[in-house]
Amino acid sequence: MNYDLAKKIILPMFVFGALILVWSWTASKVESFPTPADTYIAAFGGTTSAGDEMKGVLSDPFYVENEDDKGIFWQIVASLERVFMGFGLAILVGVPLGLIIGMSKEAQYAFDPFIQVFKPVSPLAWLPLLLFIFQDINMTAVSTIFVTSIWPIIINTTLGVKNVSPDYMNVAKVLRFTPIEKVIKIILPVAVPFIFTGMRLSLGIAWLVIVAAEMLTGGIGIGFWIWDEYNNLNYYNIIIGIIMVGFIGFLLDLIMGKIADFFDYRKRGRA
Amino acid sequence: MAEQRFLQLENIEKRFPIPGKEDYIAVTDVDLEIKQNEIISIIGHSGCGKSTLLNMISGLDAQTEGYIFLLGKEVKGPGPDRAVVFQNHSLLPWLSVYQNIEMAVKKVMPELSKKELKERVEKFITMVNLDHAKDKLPDEISGGMKQRVGIARALAIKPKVLLMDEPFGALDSLTRANLQEHLMRIQQNVQNTVIIITHDVDEAVLLSDRVIMMTNGPEATIGEILEVNLPRPRNRVELQHDPEYIRCREAILSFLYEKFAKEDE
Ligand SMILES: Nc1ncnc2c1ncn2[C@@H]1O[C@H](COP(=O)(O)OP(=O)(O)O)[C@@H](O)[C@H]1O
Ligand SMILES: [Mg+2]
Repeated sequence: MNYDLAKKIILPMFVFGALILVWSWTASKVESFPTPADTYIAAFGGTTSAGDEMKGVLSDPFYVENEDDKGIFWQIVASLERVFMGFGLAILVGVPLGLIIGMSKEAQYAFDPFIQVFKPVSPLAWLPLLLFIFQDINMTAVSTIFVTSIWPIIINTTLGVKNVSPDYMNVAKVLRFTPIEKVIKIILPVAVPFIFTGMRLSLGIAWLVIVAAEMLTGGIGIGFWIWDEYNNLNYYNIIIGIIMVGFIGFLLDLIMGKIADFFDYRKRGRA
Repeated sequence: MAEQRFLQLENIEKRFPIPGKEDYIAVTDVDLEIKQNEIISIIGHSGCGKSTLLNMISGLDAQTEGYIFLLGKEVKGPGPDRAVVFQNHSLLPWLSVYQNIEMAVKKVMPELSKKELKERVEKFITMVNLDHAKDKLPDEISGGMKQRVGIARALAIKPKVLLMDEPFGALDSLTRANLQEHLMRIQQNVQNTVIIITHDVDEAVLLSDRVIMMTNGPEATIGEILEVNLPRPRNRVELQHDPEYIRCREAILSFLYEKFAKEDE
């Protein structure tokens, strides 16, 4: 109903108003904390309350001054590239591994203890080790994301395989399907929605982790940018960075959700 | 030379290992010969080992002792010569009615051309009167229709034996009657060897040439075998007063509820 839609638009407005109030109050209490108005100007350009002329981080996101000074768009692109590299590698390794673990008790016995032990380790704990191995910021960030992403993918793929009803496998047996046919025609259709759930979880965590990882590795990327703005005392940019990270994370989740639904036979072709 | 026997069970026994205990002997001493194009039903109280027996014939489970021969060849493992209609239909929910049958035919008859494949799939869809539903997904059709697809899928791969484990057990009685009619009509047109598990006395008499009655487990075995000497086609309404039908019914009822009554049912 339209009435419901109106509520969906108006109610968040109240919360937004409350947030602005809390923010303004914080700004009045904390020395040199940017006000909402100054932050807005820092984002979209203008003259701040202190009389500084601002170009606006979001008004000019594409500028490239030099290798170390690029607009926020390039920072985000750098982070996304790392996330998708690490995430892609994790899919390439995690899905087949998850299929094998799900299909073979022996593989499950072999791998499960390690998954249980490594899964709870914060990916950032790996970072120093990876930095030491690769001696390269990009490789370190990508491999950190790989370590982050792989566990939910393996676990959910395995779960998907376990969800294949024994009845379907009996059909496959009567028809004498080869192992490959079993995977393609029976297991994957059941497991794919689970795999996408795992991928969606992974991508969400990867986006959380990349910000922290880049703060540690430095160079380029939205995480490093936020940290750098802190060091430059540009506190308003931290807030802009946080909001941008939030929006991108939200978009990533939305897109993954749509892709997941597309591959889920239970949600496809439903009127 | 003696005529070759069709399907033969010799001295079958199935034991299930129970951790920390002695094996559970589900069925034992089963000897049975089934002729080509015969319709056999297996009846017995629940838990007596009917599914166990059928699973051994289908090869989905292996017997502990004994041999099963189909046309003189020992049966080892499942195969399309013994198609199974499962109680819960087991259609793949992401494939349409047509695709479910096509997948099976394609695998079992890879030599068919595209056109022949299509014709064969459609022929069997027509056989179970599902032309109007051929592009529907299993979740979009009724339980009875799903079971008909299951039957079409099983028959389309031209099995030597059709195995059915309580195929209509989950359906209401009207739908069940409807499916029994379907099965009899199909059988009238295309002769098949059918083994059907049931716990429904009327279903057993109506459909079968012989009814195998199983004793209760553990160590269940064949108690009696009843010949149903009723001509085909059979009409369920007319049969109600047929002396042979009544005799068969009584024989089964007496076996199940007098000789081998089960307390906890
Ligand atoms: N995998 C198994 N392990 C142990 N016992 C089993 C197993 N499968 C079946 N049984 C037992 O064998 C008996 C026969 O089972 P089943 O063939 O399913 O009976 P029915 O189909 O006649 O109802 C039951 O007592 C059941 O508990
Ligand atoms: Mg059973």
